Amino acid sequence: MLWVDKHRPKNLDNLICHKEVGANLKSLVASGDCPHLLFYGPSGCGKKTLVLAMLREMFGPGVEKLKAETKEWKIERPEISTKIEVELTTLSSNYHVELNPSDAGTKDRYVVQELIKDMAKSRPLDMAGQKSFRVLLLNEVDQLSKEAQHSLRRTMEKYASACRLVMVCNSVSKVIEAVRSRCVTVRVPAPAEAEICDVLQYVSKKECITLPPEFAARIASSTDRNLRCALLSLEACKVQQYPFKSDQPIQLTDWEVYITEIASDIIAEQSPKRLYQVRGKFYELLINCIPPELILKKLLFELMKKIDSELKHEVCHWAAYYENRLQKGSKAIIHLEAFVAKFMSIYKQFIISLFG
Amino acid sequence: MAPEGSAYGQPWNEKYRPKVITDVSHQDAVVSTLQEAMKTNNVPHLLFYGPPGTGKTTTALAMVQELYGPTLVKSRVMELNASDERGINVVRHKIKQFAATAVGQGAPGYPSPPYKVIILDESDSMTTDAQNALRRTMELYTKVTRFVLICNYVSRIIEPIASRCAKFRFKPLGEESISDRITSICQKEGVVMEEGAMEALGSACGGDMRKAISHLQSAVRLFGNTVRVQSILEAAGVVPSERVVELLEACRGGSYEKAQDVVVRLTKNGYPALQIIQQLQELVMCAEDVSDDKKARICMRLAEVDKALIDGSDEMLQLLDCASLAICAFTGTTQVGKYDA
Repeated sequence: MLWVDKHRPKNLDNLICHKEVGANLKSLVASGDCPHLLFYGPSGCGKKTLVLAMLREMFGPGVEKLKAETKEWKIERPEISTKIEVELTTLSSNYHVELNPSDAGTKDRYVVQELIKDMAKSRPLDMAGQKSFRVLLLNEVDQLSKEAQHSLRRTMEKYASACRLVMVCNSVSKVIEAVRSRCVTVRVPAPAEAEICDVLQYVSKKECITLPPEFAARIASSTDRNLRCALLSLEACKVQQYPFKSDQPIQLTDWEVYITEIASDIIAEQSPKRLYQVRGKFYELLINCIPPELILKKLLFELMKKIDSELKHEVCHWAAYYENRLQKGSKAIIHLEAFVAKFMSIYKQFIISLFG
Repeated sequence: MAPEGSAYGQPWNEKYRPKVITDVSHQDAVVSTLQEAMKTNNVPHLLFYGPPGTGKTTTALAMVQELYGPTLVKSRVMELNASDERGINVVRHKIKQFAATAVGQGAPGYPSPPYKVIILDESDSMTTDAQNALRRTMELYTKVTRFVLICNYVSRIIEPIASRCAKFRFKPLGEESISDRITSICQKEGVVMEEGAMEALGSACGGDMRKAISHLQSAVRLFGNTVRVQSILEAAGVVPSERVVELLEACRGGSYEKAQDVVVRLTKNGYPALQIIQQLQELVMCAEDVSDDKKARICMRLAEVDKALIDGSDEMLQLLDCASLAICAFTGTTQVGKYDA
């Protein structure tokens, strides 16, 4: 088992970071009444951990008896006399069901409309005065299409007595206002570097290894306040070399190294030939399932380190511009390449104007 | 919080949804016109439009309740909203079928006029095709069926449909109406509002009653029965104003690196970008030492960024773009096209 999963806090009392959020959630559960909840925050900040700990607080250890099911749902649509088949994996316990509605791709609307309605309608078996509702845990609601989110609106109100939704997302801007206004929203900030150090120390104590504080601080600062990355990186470093030396190199993920390389390539030469090479590298990244927006963002920050501050405003604008197009369009590579071409043109012009 | 029977565990929005139309606050013009129409027993097709949380659905539901009473409502009223499938086929079959059926006996004690009501909630998300299919249906069965269309944007309802309905605009609620309603809810729930909390709630919800009530409920659920200003702000997801001021100051400072730092920190703390730009806009508009020209430039970009965010763009990049433009505006340089051929 990875350390990230092994040392995930199981209940709201022994959280190391987000103590305040934990205390609030605890009083929320204690009041006996749970509204719909929407957790948002950057990735690796502990949203899911908080949610699972809260469910445990609510229903007791029974929620950990999970069973994974891949079920094929047949949705009958008599009015157009077709059947739609959606295959979806759910994780469920007696008290809650967890699913990733966006896995259903373009059929996500039907998933929302039918499955949630179905689940919401079936009341849980009342076992000795247990809670009278089940919890439906929806991951990545920001990936849901707008239509699907619209269909959530009324469903949420209609079946509120039997079913509570707990939703998790990264970017709350992508969740429509109507859904947001129906939930209690919980902001989960990324833990501060000091907090990450605390967690790293805690985990290494549990694993009986010694972790020099300077090294912990370096891991924390190199992982961009992402707790999951920090823990994974700690484990990777442990495998690489133990006992730790405080100047030991920290394993960066391959893709990050690769993007740094791309950035230096671009700075070194601006020509159609280089653009073509860069394109090959982008393909490599995309094939390995690195999300294009992440590539663009990382590339921008790498480039920003290397260029004159006079250029930064313009480059930053075009990054935002092409990322927007990337979201609207369908083929990521075109927009990534367009950004690089634009950058090369700007950079070259700048160099020429400088040196003539 | 004493749970009262079936209402236990209900969101306050539902619990305190007005049951009769006279209870709907702040929409006096709409309510009085509707009451007149209901007296004559002849309600026209209705089109309710206005921003979210102003009482459109509430008014429609309260109206049918008053017309038919609790038992007859089931057979006389059909409610369809975006969570139900409503493509063109539904209009052709389901709605048409329901519209065509004759009406039975009225319920004693209620006006129960001799027609049915079809409520199409969130009808601006209906396709144009579906709306077109509705046109003839509406006319054909006027005798036995009335439609109530509810939408946020009247411009998304096609003209032929709109012209067949009596239109009612629901206006955003004023702070007094909101604070009246909130006070009465507070009394019933035993919640104490600390000083200033009501004002904070009033400004955070922007005339949306549902938002106001759900913010109040979130604050109570999360932070207990005494509501402080801070809890309202946290529940409403408002970014602390010093953070936004910090961003603006960084932009004024003219250093891109500094602004980037602030933006990265803001997004890492999980503050929603939409909220940040909204607060930034207020701040920029109110700043007296910023010339109109600069204000205009910044606000234009804020609008573009808002659109981009709705499209699903990355929050950090969009905020950076915005901050960078603000720096250029403050220093009087151009952001784009300096070196671009």
